[in-house]
This record gives sequence, structure tokens and C-alpha cells, in this order.
Amino acid sequence: MKRLLPFIVLLLGALYVASTLLPPRADTGFDLRGFARLPVLVDGRIKPLDTVARTSLLVLQGRQRFVAPDGRTLQPAEWLLDVLFNPAVADDYRHFLVENPDALAIFGREQTDQKRFSFNELRAGLAELDRQMKLADPIEEQQRSPFQREVARLYRRLILYESLKAAVNVEDSPDLLAELLRLQQTLPALTAALRAKEAGQSPDDPNLKTAESFLDEFQFMSDFGRLLVIPPAAAGPDREAWQKMGDALKDSFARGSVNPDAMAYAGLGHAWRLRQPGAFNEVVRLLTAQLERRFGPELKRCRAEAVFNQAEPFASSMALYVIVFLMAVVSWLKWPGLLQRPAFWLMALAFSVATAGIVIRVWLEGRPPVTNLYSSAVFVGWVAAALCLVLEKIFRNAVGAAAGGMIGFCTLIVAHHLAKTGDTMEMMRAVLDSNFWLTTHVLTIVIGYGATFLAGILAIIYIVMGVLTPWLRKNSSDESAPGAEVIFPVAGAAAATARPGAETNARMLERMVYGIVCFATLFSLVGTLLGGIWADQAWGRFWGWDPKENGALILVLWNAIILHCRWSGLVRQRGLMMLAVFGNVVTGWSWFGVNMLGVGLHSYGFMQSAFFWLLAFVVANILIIALGALPPEKWRSFRASSP
Amino acid sequence: MSPSFKSLLRIFTSMRLTVVLLVFSMLLVFISTLAQVNLGVWAVQEEYFRSFFVMTRLPGAAIAVPIFPGGYLIGGLLLLNLAAAHVSRLRLTWEKSGLWLTHFGLILLLLGELLSGLLQKESMMRLSQGETRTYSESTRQVELAVIDATNPKFDDVVAIPPGALEDLTAIQHPKLPFLVRPLAFYPNAALQMRSQAPAAPPSPASQGFGPQMVVTPEPVTYKPDEQNLPAAVIELIGAEGTLGTWLVSAGLTEPQTVAVQGRTYQLTMRPRRHYFPFSITLLKFSHDRYPGTDIPKNFSSRVRLRTPDGGVDRGVLIHMNNPLRYGGLSFFQAGFEPDDRTTILQVVQNPGRALPYVSCVLMFAGLMVHFAIHLARFIRKRTATAAA
Repeated sequence: MKRLLPFIVLLLGALYVASTLLPPRADTGFDLRGFARLPVLVDGRIKPLDTVARTSLLVLQGRQRFVAPDGRTLQPAEWLLDVLFNPAVADDYRHFLVENPDALAIFGREQTDQKRFSFNELRAGLAELDRQMKLADPIEEQQRSPFQREVARLYRRLILYESLKAAVNVEDSPDLLAELLRLQQTLPALTAALRAKEAGQSPDDPNLKTAESFLDEFQFMSDFGRLLVIPPAAAGPDREAWQKMGDALKDSFARGSVNPDAMAYAGLGHAWRLRQPGAFNEVVRLLTAQLERRFGPELKRCRAEAVFNQAEPFASSMALYVIVFLMAVVSWLKWPGLLQRPAFWLMALAFSVATAGIVIRVWLEGRPPVTNLYSSAVFVGWVAAALCLVLEKIFRNAVGAAAGGMIGFCTLIVAHHLAKTGDTMEMMRAVLDSNFWLTTHVLTIVIGYGATFLAGILAIIYIVMGVLTPWLRKNSSDESAPGAEVIFPVAGAAAATARPGAETNARMLERMVYGIVCFATLFSLVGTLLGGIWADQAWGRFWGWDPKENGALILVLWNAIILHCRWSGLVRQRGLMMLAVFGNVVTGWSWFGVNMLGVGLHSYGFMQSAFFWLLAFVVANILIIALGALPPEKWRSFRASSP
Repeated sequence: MSPSFKSLLRIFTSMRLTVVLLVFSMLLVFISTLAQVNLGVWAVQEEYFRSFFVMTRLPGAAIAVPIFPGGYLIGGLLLLNLAAAHVSRLRLTWEKSGLWLTHFGLILLLLGELLSGLLQKESMMRLSQGETRTYSESTRQVELAVIDATNPKFDDVVAIPPGALEDLTAIQHPKLPFLVRPLAFYPNAALQMRSQAPAAPPSPASQGFGPQMVVTPEPVTYKPDEQNLPAAVIELIGAEGTLGTWLVSAGLTEPQTVAVQGRTYQLTMRPRRHYFPFSITLLKFSHDRYPGTDIPKNFSSRVRLRTPDGGVDRGVLIHMNNPLRYGGLSFFQAGFEPDDRTTILQVVQNPGRALPYVSCVLMFAGLMVHFAIHLARFIRKRTATAAA
């Protein structure tokens, strides 16, 4: 059993991961998968409609899962189809998250269990919301009250919703397809009427009225629509010259025909509203075939991205990390020999899944792994987990697994919350547009963060296990069977060991933490210096003492302090651990704190939720340091008599 | 060696002092970051890092008192501590070679930062498409330009640097038929029309715009979004005695004119100019955005670089992360005007700019060597344990 267990656990984990790759049950008859993979250009990037649907849901309602009023859980693509083509239905969808009770009052509502509202439920308060937004607008984002923030957020959500409704459809039109077909037939007459008007003739022509009302509709779509759905006609030099549907339709008069891609989208809407799966699927097939010829590589990436979205590798990795952590803890407390190897292999699986996720993102974006706060969170966890795998491979006592599971889970949950602002694959602003420096400077510094966190987590394990259990003075030797551990009654750090060469868990953790701090010092120092060199290359000064630079420098200084304290004998084992835990606080500050400068300092009374969590993190770490400051005789691991 | 000197030496070589200094520098960096929220980055650089003490004025007290060691003090002590430790304590062995490299790199880094702080000159160059310039302008210093504009074909300029104005020393120049005597200098002063402040004291200026203006000295600002407007009152003294007094200010864009001995002179206070021995012409400024967004993808300036003798005449593309380096100066793409036709280049002169590169290599190599030695020892020990 003991030999087979790692295989069984790994197999179960692999089956779980494989299950995420299966397509969701599609019993609607519509080719939702094909539709979700259609490419559009939004926010500077060609992405599948699936990503549009998911990120819109995240922004509107804070999660991807959407439940229709009839209790059915809709796939994101299904939800998007209703918003795009069936506004009458979508206006009853409760997808607007409103949490602030004062903001609810705008709509004459009181706080109840209901957190999400439909457009129809909010309709009556829209004028008042607009007025409140005008009041909040001149105030800087960071100075706004919670109410004003919620107003601004809700306003942005409504604009997003409207921009989706106007993207490929005209809300007031009963059937855009019929209208466009009519336009196609009468196009020569309408164009002639417009030309005549330009020449200053026959203003009373009824054709002119029709033409102008078409133009008004298309202008509205162009002004408010958000998605660039119409690909450039010929695959010319500019593959990114995509158009909004409104703009493509406006061009009908100049080119003498209605854009076929626009017609296809109108056809999709027609088929979706009238529940005609056959027609819908045929249009999807034709559109895809059409695009395949001109935009093969883009389509391939969109397909991969849709699979990536649906499989959510970081979510499965996160779930696996939790199990790894639990297995590691149980392994210390109950069955040391039994669960260590399964935990190691499961951690390797979780790590591989996260690696696959990162690799796919790198390929999709054409960028190094870290481009924004979200990806830095994912990468910090990845680095720490990689180091933990190495530690676990060397020491084989589930310490690496516990630390890796904990840090992997925590960083991915942070990333999950950071993703709520929308698409995490955003375009790089001009200043940051340098793959070379993003790779060298950003990656090294993020590796430094990951390593410092890992040292902190290991130190937390030392303190918690040391105070609460006798585990620290047990022999760490990998081969020792459970029960054969030798316990020596010693007070103090340097514990004697039974076999020559074998060491206690305390001593082993000390070496781990010391090694990881060295690693962290190297990377944070080099990363910071590289940042200076980038600054010198980019704007001519090596160091400018700006908050982000200072944050990085503080981390380097702290790691240097730990090392010098250790070398000068100012601290021993326990002190080293307390300093390493404070490294968590310092890293938290460098990583997130400097971005919040001005938030917590200027507007007391209000704390953004991220600021609250950072503060909670700091307090938790300081409590652990306080726990570590207990005199050794209070530590169960160091008490003279063993219970 | 006297015992007191010995104990002093022991203090200066001790690693505990290193730890104390590192803690102080970390705290300094931290509080300076917080201080930037209110003070802005320039003031913080001056008050926290380029000073021996961080000073503050306690409520009610007249003079500022030091509350925290400043960058020069901490950095200086750190240098001393390092040097002393290497001289007396740390032996040059293979074992310690990594530390030597790292510490030497750090010394270079600190010296480099000191050098940059003292010698680095930054200025701006604003160019519209088609325009040619041979100078850049300081963002924080002004000069008083006395321009002989008599000949319409060219200007003959005498520029008086800010130092002379601040010291209130009279300036005589062979090209000028008069003596320029600064009577007062205000690093930052607000200007007002006299009609808007009828109760103001009489103007110190008798000529030019001065009599109609009220000048009120203001404290110097370091905020990034505010600008200082220096002003001065000057007297021009010709061969036959005084010509009158003028108010000059960076806030006055129109020059004031003086006619002396049949020649016309213009007085203007303008950003200090740094002339180059070459010229730069903006051929084209481009600003690309990502499709369908307002996110800037890239901005770049195509310029032409020419020397007067014609020896250098070439086109250069300056864009983000890709500056033009020529003649000891570097030109960086810093910004642009909203019309997308005018580029703003940052011009930097820093003789010590190579130092951080050298120290970066040294510190990286040093840490690698040091930790590699440690790691090798750890692995040896582990294999020995496993074998036992």
C-alpha cells in the first residue's frame, strides 16, 4: 500500500486535471463552442468571444458563473449571446453587482440578501446614478468615498453592458438581419440620394430619410459598441485594422455592398433570437471557414485561449495545492512515512499544471510571464513551488510540500482576486514595452519576492510547530521510520542528535531558511540593480528614489540585514526565523503596498479591500513573530520534559 | 595605538554597526517613500538622501532640528564601516573572495550615486516638427538673457546664470554698454496686476512692466505638478548713471526692451539654456496606440543630428528604451504635447553613468561566488551524511 499510494494519488490528481479539459455538456443544439472561439479585437488584442464573455461577467458581477432567472447555469458564451442579440431577455438578467447599501438607495432599494440586480431593476434609478456620477467625477479615484467608488464602479459596469448591447445589434430594431437585407437591395438608390444631398439637391427624397436613419443607427453602434468584430478585408500588411460593426456598415454606401461579415453577425443574432440552431451553426461554420483562410494563426490562438479559459489550470492547480498542504500536515502529525511521497508527487502535478498555464499565457501574449500584478502573483507562487520541490527532493520530510502547498494556494487566490478587474492579458504601455527588460529585471525581482515569501513561510512552520508541538527536536533524517525518532530533552536551539550526522527538524529548517534567504538576496539585489539599469536606459537616471524602486530596495536591505545579523551572531536560530517572517511583511509592502500609497494614508475611514487584506497579512505575520518571541521554555519543542 | 583608538576602530569595523546602519537605511527609505505622498520626489531627494540629517521644524520652534540621519550620513558611515572592516578584519582569502567582490561593488555603487547626485545634469528639449535647436532648457533653473536685437538678422545674447543673480553681484560684460546689478532675487514669486491689488506696496521697479505689477515672494515648491517662477529686480547702470530698475520674472513671457546708445536690448528671464556643439532637428514625431484603444503603444521621434562643420549629419530614431547618445549627452523620449506634433526629449549628462553597470556586475559575480561556495559546502556535508 505504501508503495502504491503515490501512484494512486497521482493518478487521481491527473484524472481530475484531465476532467477540466472536457467540454461542458452542450444540450442546447447551438454550436456554442464554435461561437465562443470566434476572434474579435478588444482592448488592443485579438481574443476569442469566450474571453470577452468571461471577463465581462467578472467585471459586471465579480464571478464567471452566471445563473439565469429560470435557475439554469448559463455558459459564458450563452450569456454573451443573450446580451449581444437578445436585450429583451438580457435586461432581466441579474448580473450587476451592487454591494454598497448607500448605492442601493439610489434605486430605492434596501440591503437584503440580493447582491446582483438586472438592468430592468436598476432602470428607474439610472438618471440619479448619472447625477451622482457627475458629482463624483471631479474627485480623484483615491480620494473618493466608498459610496462614490461604488457609483463609479456601477457606472462603468452599465457602460460595459451598453457597449456590448450596441456592439453587433441595434437594440430598437426588431430584426437587424431583415433591415440589412433591405439595405442591400435598396443600396444604389440610397447611395444616390446621399450623393444628391452632398451636391445640394432634392432634400425631400424619401430614400434620403431611410439612408440617414440607417446612418444614424450605424453611427450609434460605432459610438457605443465596444467590440471590433469585422476583420480587415484583405490580409494586407495591417492584420490589426479590425473595425467595429457600425463602422463597417457605414462603409456600405462607399463600397456599394453590405459587409458580409456584418451580415453574418446579424444572421447569428436572427438565428439565436428565433432559436434556430441549424442556421446558427451554419453561420458559425461559414464565419470560421472564412476567417480560417485569412487569420489562421489568430484563430488557432483563439481556440487555445478558449480551451485555456474553460480548463482554468490555475484553479485546478490551486485545489491540488490545498490537498498537498493538508497531506503534508497530516503526514507530520500522524503518518510521517506514509504521505510524504504522495504529497511530493501531487505537488509536482500542481506545479506542472501551473507551469502549463503560464506557458500558454506566454505563448498567447508573446510576452514574458510577468506583465502585470496578476501575472506576478501567479509567478511568485510558481517560483516558490519550484524551490519547494527542490527542498522536498533533498530533505524528503514534507516540509517543502507543506510550504509549497500553502504558498501556491495563497498566491493563486491572490491572483484570482486580482483577475476581477477584467482581462489579465492587457497591452503593455509604451514605457514598459520591452521584452528584454521585462524578462531580466521583472522576472529576477519577482523570483526574489517568491524566495523571500518562501523563507517566511518556512519560518512560520518553524515557529508554529515549535511552539505547539515537539516536532522541532525530532530527528529529520529521511530514512528514520516512524517511531524510531530520537527525542533528546534539550533546552535551546542546538539540539543533539542520535545518529552521527543526523539532524533535528529545527536545524534542518534553519539551513533551509538560511539557504533560501541567500537565494532571495541574490535575486532581489540583482533584480533591483537591473531595474536601475533599465531606468538608465529608458530615461537616463540609474536611481530616482521613486516608491516602486524604494520598495525593491527595502527588500534587498532586509535580506542583507538578515544575513549580517546571522553572520555577526546577533541572532541565532530562533532570531533568524523571526527576521525571516518579517520578510513577508517587507515583501508584501514592496509588492502591493507601494501601489496603494495614498490610499490608506490619505483617506482614513475608508480602506480599499486590498489594503485591508494587506494590513491583515501584516498583522498576522507580526502576531507570528510575537509567538516566536516567547521564551524557549514555553515552546513545546524546547521544553525539557517531553509530554 | 592608544586603547581609545582601538575601541573606536573596533566599533567602526564591527558587523553590528553594519546591521544598525542597514536598519537605519531601510527606515530612511521607508519614511522617505511615505513622505513623497505629500512632498514629491524632488524635495524628498534633497531633504532625505542628499543631506546629512533629515530636519524638521517642531511646532513652535524657530529653527529646524535633525530628527533622523540623512542619506549622506548613513551612506558615509556605511562606506567607512565597509572600508574599515576590509582593512582590519576581513582577510583576502578564496573563501571570502565573493564578499570582497560584493562589497567593492557596493562601494562603487554608493560612490556612483554620490557622483550622480553631484554631477548629473538633466534638462528638457521641446521640439516641434521641422524645428531645429542647439540647446536644451533646464526645468528648474533660470537665467537672465540680455539680447541685443538691433540687427534683425541675428541676436547677440548675454545670459546671466542664476548663481550671479542669487548672489546679487553686479555683472559687467564687454558686449553690454551697461552694468547689470541685481537688487533682489526671489526663487519663487507670484505676479499680479497692480490693478487687482491696489493696496500693495509700491513696485521696486521703475521701468518696463514692473510698475504695473505686484511681486509677492513665495516658498519654493518641490511638487511635481507645480513650478517655481523665479523673479528678480535689476538695475541697469550706464556710463551716465542709472537707467532705471526692472522687474524680470519667468512668469513674464514677453521681453522688455531698453534702448541704449541707439541699440535695442531685450530683457527676459527664461529657463536656463545648455548649448550643444551640434544641432537637432525633429523630422517626425509618431505616436501609435493599440488598435481600438487609447493605450500608447509607442512614441518615437525621428531626428536629424548635425554638427556645424558637417562632419556628422545623420538621421536617428529616438524612442522608448532607445535613446540617442552623442557627445557625452543622452537624449531620451520623455513625452509629447497633446497635438502629437511636438516631442519632449529629456537630455541627461552624467559622467558617472558607467559606475552602476560595473558595480552591478561585481555584486552579481560576488554573490554568485559566495553562495556557490556555501552551496558546495552544504552538498559536501550532505553527501558525507548520507554516506555515514
